[in-house]
Amino acid sequence: MRTSTRLSVSVAAVAMAGILWAGPVNAGQTMDSVKSKGFVQCGVNTGLPGFSNADEKGHWRGIDVDVCRAVAAAVLGDATKVKFTPLTAKERFTALQSGEIDMLSRNTTWTVTRDAALGVHFAGVTYYDGQGFLVNKKLGVKSAKELDGASICVQTGTTTELNMGDYFRANKMQYTPVVFEKGDEAVAAYDSGRCDVFTSDQSQLYAQRIKLKSPKNHLVLPEVISKEPLGPVVRQGDDEWFNIVKWSLFAMVNAEEMGVNSQNVANIRKTTQDPAMKRLLGLEGDKGKDLKVSNDWVFNIVSQVGNYAESFERNVGGGSPLNIARGLNALWKDGGLQYAPPVR
Amino acid sequence: MFQILVVGAVVAFGVYIVNNTLDNLASRGIASGFDFLSSEAGFGIIQSLIEYSEASSYGRAFWVGLLNTLLVSAIGIILATILGFIIGVARLSSNWLVAKMAAAYIETFRNIPLLLQLFFWYFAVLRALPSPRQSLVIGDSVFLNIRGFYTPRPVPEDGFWLIPAAIVAGVVAVLLLTRWAHRRQDETGQPFHVVYVSAGILIGLPVLAAAASGFPLSWDIPELRGFNFTGGMVLIPELMALLLALSIYTASFIAEIVRAGILAVSHGQTEAAYSLGLRPGPTLRLVVIPQAMRVIIPPLTSQFLNLTKNSSLAAAIAYPDLVSVFAGTVLNQTGQAIEVIAITMAVYLTVSLLISLFMNWYNKRMALVER
Repeated sequence: MRTSTRLSVSVAAVAMAGILWAGPVNAGQTMDSVKSKGFVQCGVNTGLPGFSNADEKGHWRGIDVDVCRAVAAAVLGDATKVKFTPLTAKERFTALQSGEIDMLSRNTTWTVTRDAALGVHFAGVTYYDGQGFLVNKKLGVKSAKELDGASICVQTGTTTELNMGDYFRANKMQYTPVVFEKGDEAVAAYDSGRCDVFTSDQSQLYAQRIKLKSPKNHLVLPEVISKEPLGPVVRQGDDEWFNIVKWSLFAMVNAEEMGVNSQNVANIRKTTQDPAMKRLLGLEGDKGKDLKVSNDWVFNIVSQVGNYAESFERNVGGGSPLNIARGLNALWKDGGLQYAPPVR
Repeated sequence: MFQILVVGAVVAFGVYIVNNTLDNLASRGIASGFDFLSSEAGFGIIQSLIEYSEASSYGRAFWVGLLNTLLVSAIGIILATILGFIIGVARLSSNWLVAKMAAAYIETFRNIPLLLQLFFWYFAVLRALPSPRQSLVIGDSVFLNIRGFYTPRPVPEDGFWLIPAAIVAGVVAVLLLTRWAHRRQDETGQPFHVVYVSAGILIGLPVLAAAASGFPLSWDIPELRGFNFTGGMVLIPELMALLLALSIYTASFIAEIVRAGILAVSHGQTEAAYSLGLRPGPTLRLVVIPQAMRVIIPPLTSQFLNLTKNSSLAAAIAYPDLVSVFAGTVLNQTGQAIEVIAITMAVYLTVSLLISLFMNWYNKRMALVER
């Protein structure tokens, strides 16, 4: 748990070794290696309720975890064939670049630097987020504009760290950053009073607030200071794998839009006459084969993992302690931003 | 001939590795090169010895991290050496209680992993301090709370230059005095109380200078404003924890080295000194310690190197050292792992070699000169 420094250095070292020795990149090699080893190696958060968190039985749960499972369901036909690698923010990209993991689904913000300079591709947006501030009600602060002079706990290696710098600079306010390697450490420091404020993506603030000694005494300030589209990430140069990760996520959103869920999918598959539904569930056409997976890939995802709405509700929505509203993450036709290209 | 072949093979291998790496980085679309050092960092750093803001470059952030590493290493080395010498001598004390307490100290701190001690100081001890509003107050202007240790900061005013000048003059005077006293003792056998006179000069001259210029110094006193104390100087708890852990841990090893060094000097030397009429104090100072130093210095060097390298554990507790700032934040924001790790390794190597070089020079000075 506490050896993350050494771990991250070793990850970096492994990454270097990987890049020093690796041969040229071949399109399709990730898909082949996943099929031959029989599981998807997925990089997730070390512990963020609602996104990726191991429960008391050691079973990984969360909306990011569900994306990994959906990919396993699509490629291998079995959503349980996933091995998880918990990663800190600092370690995540090196782990992906070096080939230690097949995909990264770890509340990671899509930015131009990451797309262009890190040799990775974002395959879509699992969750539309924005950065906010968590403060103790005792301070009597009502707005982020009143935070001049505050000490702020933050996790290192995140866009959060940079947004905070921008925000305080733009508003000509002073602040003291206290930077931790893990979200948990930053929250613990905030809880013990080392900082006045904890800053992170708003979803994380709600998630981490549950872990505080007395969650009721803490308040998420209304300001959202950034755009944080979080999504799964793959290595550049392997388009086949990029496609399947991208479309596994789209499949979940399309399934919600077309009203298919884990409860009714078996029934609908037997009875449907709708050509769009038939295409989605692989009864017509060779969409799966084109993606180099079996034609019933969407059926596997929906029956084993569920559609986007189910995953959202169970992990971060009303069915979870986080109780976050759909908001930006509602479907486009319900006024949100979740929009998937059609399966056609 | 064979040696030339080997060297050639090693060089060729190195060139191959570098080329292969560059090829692979390019084919994977990962940026490479050192251009990132001049682009804007955009993140803040809690403690900086030089001017630094979000608008500074990654290169500047590197220097901030490096200086923070050197700061904690330098203070740590001084504290560990002082504490180590005291404990080491105490362990050889003829007083049963003192000797046993020193032994208990050594066995405890030497045998607990450093990282655990660091967590103990940081999470268990310093996190238990009160919030800024309930600070522990010492006098009127020194505050201790969970955010750090706040002390007034001296602000020099007009005419302040006289005081440092007096200090320099004092040091020069003491050096001259020491040489004169040595010569007098060599010629006449008369000792001179150098220590007392030097202390008088070193303290007296600056005080006189300050009085003459009308005490041109004011104090910037920390004040609770808004969330935190502003003004004054602050020692952040991350630095405190790191210094405590590093110096207490390393001191236990240094204590053992000191003990070994003293025991390596034959007891006959002490008896000979006594029989010449030297008292225990001068015996230790003039006879035993100089000989013991020859045994002590080489292993002491390794402890200094260990302490410097162990300071990289700072990353575990949010102290902004080189590993945390540069091999941590900068690496992650730029994604250029190879360049960043290479620079970091080169820096630690350089610092270690410099310490080694200095200690070897010192060792040579102290070594037995055979005539």
